[in-house]
Amino acid sequence: MSVDQDTVRRIARLARIAVSDDDVPHLQGELNAILAFVEQLGEVDVTDVEPMTSVTPMAMKMREDGVTDGGKAADVTANAPAAEDGFFLVPKVVE
Amino acid sequence: MTNLTDLTLAEARDGLKAKRFSAVELTKAHQQAMGAGKSLNAYVRETPDQALAMAVAADERIARGEARPLEGLPIGVKDLFCTEGVESTACSNILKGFTPRYESTVSANLWHAGAVMLGKLNCDEFAMGSSNETSAFGPVVSPWRRVGDETPLVPGGSSGGSAAAVSARLCLAATATDTGGSIRQPAAFTGTVGIKPTYGRCSRWGIVAFASSLDQAGPITRTVRDSAMMLQAMAGPDAKDTTCADLPVPDFEVAVGRGVKGLKIGIPKEYRVPGMPTEIERLWEAGQAWLREAGAEIVEVSLPHTQYALPAYYIVAPAEASSNLARYDGVRYGLRVEGKDILDMYERTRAAGCGREVKRRVMIGTYVLSAGYYDAYYLRAQKIRTLIKRDFENVYAEGVDAILTPTTPSAAFGIGEKGSGDPVEMYLNDIFTVTVNMAGLPGISVPGGFDAKGLPLGLQLIGRPFDEETLFAAGQVIENAAGHVALPEPWWE
Repeated sequence: MSVDQDTVRRIARLARIAVSDDDVPHLQGELNAILAFVEQLGEVDVTDVEPMTSVTPMAMKMREDGVTDGGKAADVTANAPAAEDGFFLVPKVVE
Repeated sequence: MTNLTDLTLAEARDGLKAKRFSAVELTKAHQQAMGAGKSLNAYVRETPDQALAMAVAADERIARGEARPLEGLPIGVKDLFCTEGVESTACSNILKGFTPRYESTVSANLWHAGAVMLGKLNCDEFAMGSSNETSAFGPVVSPWRRVGDETPLVPGGSSGGSAAAVSARLCLAATATDTGGSIRQPAAFTGTVGIKPTYGRCSRWGIVAFASSLDQAGPITRTVRDSAMMLQAMAGPDAKDTTCADLPVPDFEVAVGRGVKGLKIGIPKEYRVPGMPTEIERLWEAGQAWLREAGAEIVEVSLPHTQYALPAYYIVAPAEASSNLARYDGVRYGLRVEGKDILDMYERTRAAGCGREVKRRVMIGTYVLSAGYYDAYYLRAQKIRTLIKRDFENVYAEGVDAILTPTTPSAAFGIGEKGSGDPVEMYLNDIFTVTVNMAGLPGISVPGGFDAKGLPLGLQLIGRPFDEETLFAAGQVIENAAGHVALPEPWWE
């Protein structure tokens, strides 16, 4: 399986990473090198094999249904590029 | 008196207890070494005031007879761990300036044990790399050089700063993380000991996530005993990490002296890859002889799906990374590049903030998880992962206690030598280590010998789930047999 330049642009859009027209052929080559490498996985017989969901078998831990943390709006917004009154400021999201 | 920085962690602990020197003297000696070692670029951020304050407090506790297990011992912390009030960047431009308001559980455990923080250590960006060349702070130069050659070499990665600092005596020990080999491979390249514990032995809370089902924290140290001391302090249950096992931490230091009498050590035939350098083959044989002499039984075993671990890893890890790195969008922390609208802001921020390797992996991950490709790639890779783990389970069910392999297919290479043409060339460094992350097992690398150019080579032991004790016991046997590793004289000062 290999990707064409339109697919590279589509993947970049899905990943929310801007790519310039100059970047695209280079990225295409690199992605195709990796895809060629993983192609060999097609050889393996995976009939009736369950996909791994947990590498170390464990039951999901439960916790008390209570408030044990929070009330730290200042800490949470401390590293924001733009914040005000406990809100993160961003360019308009909804038209 | 020998240089304080030449001591092992255990020797320093004894020295402080016997009052041969103070914690402040020990910290200052390291700070001096760090100043003289800047050209290695191992540290990305030093924390001198904090270190001295911690050392002063340590001396007070020691004087009162209240020394905790790592009291006053100076260590470095990989910049992937969030340290409260100290900038933590994962060595990426997208997190420049990020100063956490919380401490990772693993580093908090170390401070509660009395350790002193010297600073943050360099690593590959978001832990993605095998040579520390993808860091936004520039590459780390290994303290090791080929005999008669001044070519700068890589210390390995992603925990290159940790391995270089420990090897160059810029700290007594360091924290690191391992997703595909990032503790064990740099340990092998620098003649140090690195253990990746069982998935779930250490908490991942507060560690910048790369691949959540593969990441584990672990120490890099100069000896096996030091490794046991560090892991003892780092490990343990954490309610804040649901993947962290609710298991008590055994006494790892006691295990170090256990020996290997009566243990069965497996030698997997599929690890004998075509074109394997003779030196690595010979080191592997030497390791088998050492364990046999110490009373272990050596048996050949088969792990049939070995060759598929690396390609499966390069689907699973990037897929998980694409999900974990989606949070770096310029909204809540780190870099923001303004755009004409929110989508433009996301795209420009991530393009500017992430390096080439990170972008590559996020994009591969996005592709293999996308509609139409999820079944063919990600789901298939997760099924193959089940088969890889099952191979190990079958071998352990036959009574094998641990598996011995080389850690890496070669010694350290030159900075800039690999990966610029084909990304896969760099990935092949992890060929012996990724299986262990894919199966969630513990793995340790112990220095075993040197190649013809005088560069360190490591031997890897892979254990049963939560049986790090056997790894420390067998690791100590190898360390005793291989003899003292003479670390490089400081040409960098």
